[in-house]
Amino acid sequence: MVSLKVNGTTHTVDVDDDTPLLWAIRDNIGLTGTKFGCGVAQCGACTVFIDGQALRSCVTPVSAVGTSEITTIEGLAGKEADAVQAAWVARDVPQCGYCQSGQVMSAIALLKENKKPTDRDIDLAMNGNLCRCATYVRIRAAIHDAARALEI
Amino acid sequence: MSRNLILAAGAALAVCIGGSALTLAQNAAQPGGASLRPASSFASIPNQRDRSVALFTEMGKVLTSPRCMNCHPATERPRQGDLRKLHEPVVVRGKDGHGAAGLHCATCHGKQNYDPAGVPGDGHWALAPASMAWEGKTVGQICEQLKDQNRNGSRDLAALVKHVTTDTLVLWGWNPGKGRTPAPGTPAEFGALMQAWADSGAACPAP
Repeated sequence: MVSLKVNGTTHTVDVDDDTPLLWAIRDNIGLTGTKFGCGVAQCGACTVFIDGQALRSCVTPVSAVGTSEITTIEGLAGKEADAVQAAWVARDVPQCGYCQSGQVMSAIALLKENKKPTDRDIDLAMNGNLCRCATYVRIRAAIHDAARALEI
Repeated sequence: MSRNLILAAGAALAVCIGGSALTLAQNAAQPGGASLRPASSFASIPNQRDRSVALFTEMGKVLTSPRCMNCHPATERPRQGDLRKLHEPVVVRGKDGHGAAGLHCATCHGKQNYDPAGVPGDGHWALAPASMAWEGKTVGQICEQLKDQNRNGSRDLAALVKHVTTDTLVLWGWNPGKGRTPAPGTPAEFGALMQAWADSGAACPAP
């Protein structure tokens, strides 16, 4: 049994220590907003926060989480999350949408650290999040929009 | 969706097969690496400078191995794997060696290797500073750079020996996880070579 604090609630899940955190989040806790894409940290669809920092949950064994706080797309809150959500809606960013919860998590992680990212800053932060529909241009524009909204 | 189910099933199988190999003693090397000559075998070289050069040349087998060289790149982007391909996804050294804002090394690299997914890890996974770039250099040039306190993090020879024998990220090179060839020899053998090199005057091979 492993204890995991996800979105402010402590869950006890019956999994092996080396189970990927992603599986516990989706299959045991039932939060399916975080997606399985590749399973080897190559696509970013599984991105969550661990104590506020972006983390690929598909390559993180539950044993490595300890008492850290996990935040998934369902548990997002705060000004960066609000700004990114508004910008995503305004730009109609998603196409099929499968990668988008990971994209949103990474975009928020970037804006928490860098209030005014350049195109290059955005590319370097978002390189690990693949989008098969190639919504990259709208993602980059929406991050700029969100950064501008956060300046006000 | 069926493709994802197949991938998930494959990953589950990998967890079953690979999940048991996560813990190895830190000072032993995982099998599969090349060997190093023991430091004592250099005692037969009578000239001290020649002996020192020979010791560092032997150390060069470790320093130029993919395990060390991949994260001492000449550019801001590391390489990965035994074939030393450019790191995918694109990642950079960043301000502090731990990656770019929003995509730190620790986003993917945990505190330990995670063999089910083939992702290596350590408590302070990082790129060496640009001043410690070894890629493209000869063993002699790396030697001079390694001794230069303006480029080596202000370490004297004793601190260098301590660094290579105690730093967990250096020691990772001998326990790099499934699918990566460990650095030659063992941490203890490498530490003994470096100590003998320091004791013999820390001479460098010709650049």
